[in-house]
Amino acid sequence: MSTTTATHHDDHADHGHPTGIMRWVASTNHKDIGTLYLWFSFFMFLFAGALALGIRAELFQPGLQFVEPENFNRLTTLHGLIMIFGAIMPAFVGFANWMIPLMIGTSDLAFPRLNNMSFWLMVPAAILLITSIFVPGGAIAGGWTMYPPLSVQNQSMSVDMSILALHILGVSSIVGSINIITTILNMRAPGMTLMKMPLFVWTWLITAFLLIASMPVLAGALTMLLTDRHFGTSFFDAAGGGDPVLWQHVFWFFGHPEVYIMILPAFGLISTIIPTFARKPLFGYASMVYATAAIALLSFVVWAHHMFTTGMPVAGQLFFMYSTMLISIPTGVKVFNWVATMWRGSMTFETPMLFSIAVVFLFTIGGFSGLVCSILPVDIQVQDTYYVVAHFHYVLFSGAAMSIMGAVYYWLPKWTGHMYDETLGKWHFWLTTIAFNVTFFPMHFTGLAGMPRRIPDYALQFAEFNMISSIGAFALGISQLLFLYVVIKCIKGGAKAEAKSWEGAEGLEWTVPSPAPFHTFETPPTVK
Amino acid sequence: MSQNTNNYYLPAPSLWPLIASIALFLMAGGFAMQMNDVASGSYVLIAGVLVFIYLLYGWFRDVIKESLAGFYNKQVDVSFRWSMGWFIFSEVMFFAGFFGALFYIRTFALDWISGSKLVWPNFVATWPTSGPAATEALEAMGPWGLPAINTLILLISGATLTYAHWGLMKNNRKQLTIGLILTIALGAIFLYLQAHEYAEAAFTMDSGIYGSTFYMLTGFHGMHVTMGTIMLLIILFRVMKGHFNTDNHFGFEAVAWYWHFVDVVWLFLFVFVYWL
Repeated sequence: MSTTTATHHDDHADHGHPTGIMRWVASTNHKDIGTLYLWFSFFMFLFAGALALGIRAELFQPGLQFVEPENFNRLTTLHGLIMIFGAIMPAFVGFANWMIPLMIGTSDLAFPRLNNMSFWLMVPAAILLITSIFVPGGAIAGGWTMYPPLSVQNQSMSVDMSILALHILGVSSIVGSINIITTILNMRAPGMTLMKMPLFVWTWLITAFLLIASMPVLAGALTMLLTDRHFGTSFFDAAGGGDPVLWQHVFWFFGHPEVYIMILPAFGLISTIIPTFARKPLFGYASMVYATAAIALLSFVVWAHHMFTTGMPVAGQLFFMYSTMLISIPTGVKVFNWVATMWRGSMTFETPMLFSIAVVFLFTIGGFSGLVCSILPVDIQVQDTYYVVAHFHYVLFSGAAMSIMGAVYYWLPKWTGHMYDETLGKWHFWLTTIAFNVTFFPMHFTGLAGMPRRIPDYALQFAEFNMISSIGAFALGISQLLFLYVVIKCIKGGAKAEAKSWEGAEGLEWTVPSPAPFHTFETPPTVK
Repeated sequence: MSQNTNNYYLPAPSLWPLIASIALFLMAGGFAMQMNDVASGSYVLIAGVLVFIYLLYGWFRDVIKESLAGFYNKQVDVSFRWSMGWFIFSEVMFFAGFFGALFYIRTFALDWISGSKLVWPNFVATWPTSGPAATEALEAMGPWGLPAINTLILLISGATLTYAHWGLMKNNRKQLTIGLILTIALGAIFLYLQAHEYAEAAFTMDSGIYGSTFYMLTGFHGMHVTMGTIMLLIILFRVMKGHFNTDNHFGFEAVAWYWHFVDVVWLFLFVFVYWL
């Protein structure tokens, strides 16, 4: 292998690239690896979405119709795990791969082979998670948060497979983050100072820091869970002097930064798209950077707001309530800046912009319901109800997932060299936005009225709202097939995209041709 | 090869990442099977470990060859430094998770168990403890025997490694080699004493929360010392083959950083696991 390394190296100048399957499995090209990440993420999105439709089919009417209660638990657990680790996170890494080198004017990530390893580790993890459905004892069923004692007592091998899958995903994330952080710190084009970087690069710099700081803690928690299950330790067993609540603390010390890992890059995407279509520079760039950093730092001191009802001293509850509320300040700065960017802009409403505006509006709803949940006495009421489900789908679907969709439309011309079908794109946007709200808005009502989450049956007074949610969910799921169609159609052909595909677009990525050539910025540009 | 000195090194397509993925798949799958008494689990696990060793050997061999061929310019060197620093930070957070668990148990959880009189009315929170359901008295590990000697050994090993580094900086290969051999020997003695301590210990991982935290923390630390010793051995082989010079020896420095990190973790272990 070393000899091929040496000979291939001389060939770099002629821009040849490998073809066939080797192009993908052995890739050292950030664009190809980005494409792999994005497709992987999309298929996981469809798969985990299909699991969610299983949940909504069961909840269409009260009573048990389609799935056993135990299988219902498996559906919610795998839906959560796969959406978070298989769909949202890899999609953002896909964008980081494709766009960061183009945005900072460098030829590739700092470590192209490790970059490919980060992607290819996703595959065995996905195989372990998905095949765990078929092992004796069935798939992991204790929720994506895997609280003991349930996760210790469940003797199914699937729990171990899931734990080890998460370990592998952790390695992938840490390696990927180190790669991205090193790229951003060390490989910017001359003149590209930190405070000149596009905001998407800034949000990824901070996200990578969050990943490196939080993923190892998850690895520690998972290891303790594994040894409690099989090697006789008592970390989560009070009889041995441990505490099941310990898991919740360690898990959420990872879990809350994880929430921002899934939203900060979305903020970066929105902050890229809105100035383009408002034809104005981003309002308050520096404050955006500081707000992102503030959110990241605060994310390490708010974790126990996920556990207000599990028992802790009042002083702890108050601390975590106030620290959680503090996060709304930098978040508010961001929302203000997005709105101020649009203020008196010459706006046009292409699909990426529609998604971005919807994200600003809908994410803010999710942010406000988060603020409601942060209030200790209120949270004691809404804990584990559908109100929480509504809240985190407003931030994760209409925040993270819809910003991903908008950004896909935004850069499709750069990736494929073709403009996508604007009419179909707008259809996809409106179907998604309306179906999303039909699905999740009623959950605020059912949640406040006391409907518990993760239960396959419910009291009769919730029947109408659940039926509405289920209809919305199926519409939402089917709408995403339209997304797939638009993307494939755009890859196959369409109007020729110019190097600068959007009139108001700024940034180095628009100085290279569309589609972006296999190698770009081998000689770094100079940024003034 | 003018581009090697001017441009950032971009490696050609490589199969190592895919082999890494296969290795981890076999190891994880085999381990899950083995823990659940599936017959072929151990074989799959061993196959995974073998592929993993082949991977480490092959990938690092390629990297060393590229380094010797002069493909890595100054900017690549800076990338290595950043990435090793962030990797060690991730390791710090890994241990922080276990230390956090230890502090949480000692500060909060045990008090709460003894405060609740319903299940174990006679349990009094003390440290060390093997928990309210334990039937036998716990004989904990004292700090001033082997652990103190081990602390001394690791501290000296940090000094001998710095001695080796000074030798490298002065281009004194003999001092470099002697320093490395001493460091490796001290690492090996540490590991031997640690294994001896485990063998003599009156408690196991099953011995409640004290045994759990003790073996988890010292066990992962011991694994890191083992890794560090192997890494130092490889550096020693490379030194004996004439690799590294005063300007270009990040491989050596990265291992040294790692070794010092493992040292510092031990100091925390000595204070919070053995002593206090």
